[in-house]
Amino acid sequence: MDKLKFEIVTAERLLYSDDVDIVIAPGVQGEMGILPSHAPLLTMLQPGELVVRKGSEETAMFVSGGFLEIMQNRVTVLADTAERAEEIDIARAEVAKGRAEARLRDHVPEMDLARAEVALKRSLVRLKVAERRRKPKSGLGGAQGL
Amino acid sequence: MATIREIRRRIKSVQNTAKVTKAMEMVAASKMRRAQERTMAARPYAEKMQQVLADLAAQHRSGEEVHPLLQQREVNRIALIHITPDRGLCGGLVANINRSVASFILEQNVPITTVVVGRKGRDFMNRSGQEVRAEFTQLGDRPSIVDIQPITHIVIDDYTNGLIDEVYVSYTRFVNTMNQQPVLWRLLPVEPTAIEPGQNVEYIYEPSPAEVLAELLPRFVEKELYHVILEAIASEQSARMVAMRSATDNAKEIVEELTLTYNKVRQEMVTKELLDIVGGVAALG
Repeated sequence: MDKLKFEIVTAERLLYSDDVDIVIAPGVQGEMGILPSHAPLLTMLQPGELVVRKGSEETAMFVSGGFLEIMQNRVTVLADTAERAEEIDIARAEVAKGRAEARLRDHVPEMDLARAEVALKRSLVRLKVAERRRKPKSGLGGAQGL
Repeated sequence: MATIREIRRRIKSVQNTAKVTKAMEMVAASKMRRAQERTMAARPYAEKMQQVLADLAAQHRSGEEVHPLLQQREVNRIALIHITPDRGLCGGLVANINRSVASFILEQNVPITTVVVGRKGRDFMNRSGQEVRAEFTQLGDRPSIVDIQPITHIVIDDYTNGLIDEVYVSYTRFVNTMNQQPVLWRLLPVEPTAIEPGQNVEYIYEPSPAEVLAELLPRFVEKELYHVILEAIASEQSARMVAMRSATDNAKEIVEELTLTYNKVRQEMVTKELLDIVGGVAALG
């Protein structure tokens, strides 16, 4: 069967590049699964989990937004920021979550509410992605301290 | 023949110059490493972005009014973004990029507006009497994307308002430490990908073409300009390091030659004095 040439880049680096079987991406209009021979498509992404599967191997990544293009079995993600699930800095995401929540709770007039909401959503999704990927390993102490 | 004191003074002064160029070499080397890393890291994104935009442009060849930045018009005025260093002492880099731009300007038969980044380019444009729309100097060695937003705004506004119909960027592409290439590249309108006939290439847009393009196109201009400036900085620091290294080497060579002359002159003097003494003793005896 055909494969998808998948690449995900951020302004700082090339995060992942390989031929894969399926890509599951968080489009703005909902989760989408992309298989080979997909029609050409250009979509914006929302903060969420992006999963690619190659054979039995599965890689999960967090994207904070950006664009995804499909063109002749080539899937390109231009992410604003992105990291592999195992790279996520949980402590930092927790701090960001706390900060965003505090801003929404006692909102000062000059504070940008929309931005705080986006920040909150981003940190929540980041945590969710990190947590989900750690669970299978919890017996080995992966989820310690949570 | 120069006197011994003059030679000694010369040696001192050349040694001091070597110290300065050595220091500059080391500063440039450390900046260069960081700049090169940043440039290489930013390349995949910039290249992918170009590819996506090229695909996109291929679909709107017909000139649909989807987004002002995708319009292709008859060319009445060209904008040229000229990216140069603020400072010299970087070998032939500035001269090369200015020469490549000059021949480009001479080839065009429509008026050109320039936007200059960096003092060297500004001085060049002023000297040659080109119209300068805006100048940006003192961006520093590590500009952030926020620093270049004013440039992006000018380009997008002028293009959208039809003041300019093509945008070119001239910068020095970083190849490796020894080699930097002056490049002239058309930023807008985007060069479409060649599409083989009979292929289905109509995009499905989510949420809608207007929304996607309104987000994507300004970001394209911004990210590409940012990347190009990173390339220019990496080139500048590399060129400066190499230039300063060869200046240091040259200075050392001169010191060696001067030391040799100095020793010869000194020896001659000693010999002469000895002869005088020997002659004097012989005369007395």
